[in-house]
Amino acid sequence: MSGAEFVPLSLPPIVIGTCAAIACALPGNFLLLRRQALIGDAISHVVLPGIVVAFILSGAISTWPMMIGAAGAALIAVLLIEAIRRLGRIEPGAAMGVVFTTMFAGGVLLLEQTDTSSVHLDVEHALYGNLESLIWLDATGWGSLLDPLALAGLPTELPRMAAVLVLTSLFVAIFWRALKISTFDEGFAQAVGIKTTPLGLALVVVAAVSAVAAFDAVGSIIVIAMFICPPAAARMMTNRLERQIAWSVGFAALSAILGYVLAGYGPLWIGLYDAVSAAGMIATVSGVILALAALFGPCRTRAGAPAGV
Amino acid sequence: MIWDALLLQLGYNATLVSVGAALLGAAAGITGTFLFLRKRALVADAVSHATLPGVCLAFLVMASLGGDGRNLIGLLIGSALSAWVGLWCLNWLTLRTRLAEDAAIGAVLSTFFGFGVVLLTVIQTAGIGRQAGLEGFLLGSTAGMLFNDALMIAGGGAATLVIIALTRRALTLVSFDPEYASAQGINVSQVDMLMMGLVMAVTVIGLKIVGLILIVALLIIPAVTARFWSERSDIVVLLAGIFGATAAYVGAGVSASAPNLPTGPLIVLMSAGLFALSLFFAPSRGVMAAVIRQQRFQRRVHLRQGLLALAQGQPIYENLTLRLLGRAGLVRPDGVATEIGRARAAKALRDEKRWEILRRDHAHEAAAELYDGLREIETVLTPDEIREIDTKIGPPQEIPT
Repeated sequence: MSGAEFVPLSLPPIVIGTCAAIACALPGNFLLLRRQALIGDAISHVVLPGIVVAFILSGAISTWPMMIGAAGAALIAVLLIEAIRRLGRIEPGAAMGVVFTTMFAGGVLLLEQTDTSSVHLDVEHALYGNLESLIWLDATGWGSLLDPLALAGLPTELPRMAAVLVLTSLFVAIFWRALKISTFDEGFAQAVGIKTTPLGLALVVVAAVSAVAAFDAVGSIIVIAMFICPPAAARMMTNRLERQIAWSVGFAALSAILGYVLAGYGPLWIGLYDAVSAAGMIATVSGVILALAALFGPCRTRAGAPAGV
Repeated sequence: MIWDALLLQLGYNATLVSVGAALLGAAAGITGTFLFLRKRALVADAVSHATLPGVCLAFLVMASLGGDGRNLIGLLIGSALSAWVGLWCLNWLTLRTRLAEDAAIGAVLSTFFGFGVVLLTVIQTAGIGRQAGLEGFLLGSTAGMLFNDALMIAGGGAATLVIIALTRRALTLVSFDPEYASAQGINVSQVDMLMMGLVMAVTVIGLKIVGLILIVALLIIPAVTARFWSERSDIVVLLAGIFGATAAYVGAGVSASAPNLPTGPLIVLMSAGLFALSLFFAPSRGVMAAVIRQQRFQRRVHLRQGLLALAQGQPIYENLTLRLLGRAGLVRPDGVATEIGRARAAKALRDEKRWEILRRDHAHEAAAELYDGLREIETVLTPDEIREIDTKIGPPQEIPT
């Protein structure tokens, strides 16, 4: 395949997908270890009402109102889950189930009641994203990567996703020690003076930011899959947190690249004519990687657990 | 129009959909209660998302065999098969690897759903056509539902209810106390399988009406709602069924009354409305009840402290205390104690002294543990015992004025 075709059509989606996957997998590692893995699931569902409300208020599909709406919805959802859990004394899983299904249902109803025929906003879009459409029309080949004029025409999702990736990495790097200690032993973390409650909230906020940014670019399926599958697969490979994060980043990138390539070119290889959903394929590949890790990973079993438990 | 729908006046099919939805809602609410009590509510989310690949594969198989790909029974069998595979993966990941159940749920949910989306795009682009119905499984659609489909949903809901009625004792025992159930000779893993089978049945039946993304709400929300109203499991189960059926019935009715009102989300929002009402207004577990309890407690503390201050001739600066004492007729507006107030204050001080002696006496250790500064001493000691303590205090003294 020539650069003239690959660079404008496939390179941007692959890079965006990879950034999104890694940005979700990084906080996902900590959420997984803290038994909060499904927060990502909840956030990616509640983003829909946020976006619909932002659209109704601003009247247009533009980036910033939607990001703010989505982030607001995610924040409201987290607060509601916490409030219901405390006020009603309900277990967190059920509280989460109540909140995110209700907000998602509200979003769907609003969407159906609003006239969105003129714009590209529907439930399917929210679920699958539009990774394939993030193309770079100004590019003519590999040389365009050095051409400032062509670089200005990059899809806006690319710099945004990259910025979120940098933000997430910085968060993990700066709070590394505190995150690590509070994840494994909250009591000890408090004893050495780490403020665990704000730190836990900050982690959820960072996860929400990645989820919202990734959602805008690639849809909510990838978000859920990337929060959980790469960190879970990495967990089977090692007992050390540093290595687990390295593995998860590798798995996330591999899922994004392999998934996109399989979705875009796989059907051609087996004789079909059209590409399939890249978002769905990336999620599928990450699941296959998890399955392989669960079958063959060196650290797949629970250490010290009695048989049959 | 809404009343027409709720009173089943919108024609035969709409009536059947409403009744079917109500049966489904009842079955889902009851099944969900067992799931909720077993603390596995979100497993249903994984099961429901795992149905998508099955629906698509069943469509592809039926279409490639030359049949009508949209045959509902075929699609539902496919969805049940893939939900079962998803459930198996979930159990395997939880039991055989180090992953916790929540991570396994998320992994199964996203992978199966992602694969289902891939298959959906295959169907859309492969030019088989007539696939329009499949998107309806995501969010449910009752528009254009065939008579046979509606009949099947109603029948399935009723059958699920019958199975639950026959096995309710084992389900209750296991969801409450698996160890005790196992000691009673109940095969816990079999009952768990049955529970998951019921969840699968509800999911599959509900696919057409509510859609696979929101069906988990029908399982969770009524159960959580019912839990507010009772501490008895059989009542919680019954209430969850009633709440589920009501929400589904009203939701389906409202959705039939006007265009652009999708059934699934409406049913979920009706459930959420019932939940919000219960969260605030349920007796004893509700928020209002808690606030009232808290206020009552606060008043008792203020009254007690106020009386002790009166008895010892200390001035009271706290406004709330003064107001409460005034309202009870214990002090005059200028803060001086009334006749009754002085008597009550003397009694309060004496009780405090009695408690003091009681707590120093090892013979009354059990009673002393009940001391919290508010409890009336008469509730822990007999009149004889109080009299005995009083001999150590001496006769009543004059209150300093």
